[in-house]
Amino acid sequence: MTKRRSPWLLAVTALVYIFLYAPIIVLIVFAFNSSRTNVVFEGVVNQGDCGPFYWFCQLGRNRELVAAARNTLVVAATSTVASTVIGTMAALALQRYKFPGKAYSEISLYIPIVIPEIVMGVGLLVLYSALFGFINTTFGLNGDNRLSLGLGTVILSHIAFSVPFVALVVRARLQGFDKAVEEAAMDLYANEWTTFWRVTLPIIFPGVMSGALLAFTLSLDDFITTFFTTGPGGTTLPIYVYGLLRRVTTPELNALATIWIVIVFVVLMLSQLAGRRSEAH
Amino acid sequence: MPEFAVELRNVSKRFPGPSGEIVTAVNNVTMQIKDGEFFSMLGPSGCGKTTSLRMIAGFELPTAGEIYIHDRPMGHTPPYKRPVNTVFQNYALFPHMTIGQNVGFGLEMKGVEPKEIQRRSSEALEMVRLAGYEKRMARQLSGGQQQRVALARALVNHPEVLLLDEPLGALDLKLRKEMQLELKRLQREVGITFVFVTHDQEEALTMSDRVAVMSAGNVLQMGAASEIYEKPNCRFVADFIGETNFLEGAVKAQTGRDVDVELAGGLLCRATADEGSQVVSGQKVTVTMRPEKLGLRPWQGADNVYDGRVEEVVYIGTDTHYTVVLAGDQRLRVREQNDDPLSRPLAAIGDAVKVYCDEVSARVLTE
Repeated sequence: MTKRRSPWLLAVTALVYIFLYAPIIVLIVFAFNSSRTNVVFEGVVNQGDCGPFYWFCQLGRNRELVAAARNTLVVAATSTVASTVIGTMAALALQRYKFPGKAYSEISLYIPIVIPEIVMGVGLLVLYSALFGFINTTFGLNGDNRLSLGLGTVILSHIAFSVPFVALVVRARLQGFDKAVEEAAMDLYANEWTTFWRVTLPIIFPGVMSGALLAFTLSLDDFITTFFTTGPGGTTLPIYVYGLLRRVTTPELNALATIWIVIVFVVLMLSQLAGRRSEAH
Repeated sequence: MPEFAVELRNVSKRFPGPSGEIVTAVNNVTMQIKDGEFFSMLGPSGCGKTTSLRMIAGFELPTAGEIYIHDRPMGHTPPYKRPVNTVFQNYALFPHMTIGQNVGFGLEMKGVEPKEIQRRSSEALEMVRLAGYEKRMARQLSGGQQQRVALARALVNHPEVLLLDEPLGALDLKLRKEMQLELKRLQREVGITFVFVTHDQEEALTMSDRVAVMSAGNVLQMGAASEIYEKPNCRFVADFIGETNFLEGAVKAQTGRDVDVELAGGLLCRATADEGSQVVSGQKVTVTMRPEKLGLRPWQGADNVYDGRVEEVVYIGTDTHYTVVLAGDQRLRVREQNDDPLSRPLAAIGDAVKVYCDEVSARVLTE
């Protein structure tokens, strides 16, 4: 017997989808608008060498924006690598060892996930200011040598909020991990290092990979923490876009957002695929 | 070649328990495992057998004492530097590798060249009757097959000692029996010392040259399977291995190893004491008699004959079990083979019978 679905249910589902995706679709459509003010859609732009992709090409000519995009990628890449390494190690340690204060460190590791991001941002800002102030005065640093907010602090902050997510994802993967396979490897003449690379990591790799992809997307679109901890030379795309919005919105912005959506979408799909593979094992 | 493949000298293992107390898993154990023998550590769960095995493998370090493998003290030698290999309880095959890669792993780590690895791996797989399985993944194999892969993965390295941690525990009964014989055959073929851990007494008796019976971290008795069964040295061993009767009593007289025991209810029993065991008159002892050594049918020169009444008769196919109540309300289980063509019972419930027992079959236990 096939179940008849209620038309109401279908209507509600359709509404939810429209509500979720209409803004995104509108945003993408307006990236091809011929009107510069971008209030009303006045037809598909067809200008210069790029035709309908005029605004996308304009983006490439915007130096500030290219710099912000580069910063974003640098921050995302470095913080992903660092937080994946640290988060995986934390997950392994929590899974494996008993040590005093373990329960506390476990909870404290997940605190950044639950506390409001603005608290995290302000906290980091206060920490950096105090720390840098102290170091600068103690070592008499001045001029260009002075430690100050910038790309470096943004990267550190991103690592800080990504580690718990990576640790959480990797730990989930470790739940079903049979410690005996590591012992088996050691029994078969592999030392601790070789055992990790040849046995442990390959088995938990899908988990590590989805943790890394999660960290990457988190870093890519982070605004709040970045806003508080950035400084000269540390402007990322979200910060740059925020700055643009306060002035005027042009289809350039929509083009930028479109590219962004495509990137995030691809990364998320990869993360999903990695997750599937991990379940299949 | 040294006489002993593995030697434990005064080995203890203690670790903190869940609520901070110190748990002694292995208590001052000394044992010698001869080169080339099939040796079993037998005992209930928590008796320290697995911990002992893990200490030989190097996964745990002894709190006190020393372990020698072919006369070399192991000290803090890590597992990957010990000349032993282990077959794990749940096989612990590498899930991300093929069967061929699994079996070849040890050789690869030793730096054997790929061609040689391939040759020896397929040889090892052949030995466990899994020739041609190299390309499969572990999860595509049945439990019994995985077990055999685990064996091949260990044996391919020609270890000085093969350690087996309840390797048959996860298999169903029929497969288990098959694997017991298979293991025994393999051990004969390769001539490697096998140290086998099990809680199944039948399994231990079937397979082993010698058995160590363990309880609460101590080795209670060590010896050939028949010795452990026929001449248990304490109540625990007698009870744990096979089925037996216990009768309480006190020593009345003693000449050499012949002991006269006065049982409860005033019955007398001519029994045998262990070589070297000290029994004095008046001492409280337990006499153990295996049900199959007792008989309801008389034979010439039986040393002990008791009058009793049949309380229960249980037919189990090859044998029939009779429970006989003696004077003083003591019970004896008697096992008689159903060799009568029609399997007619020797007695029915309520019948008055005589139970016969030889002196050598009645063993005096002092603890």
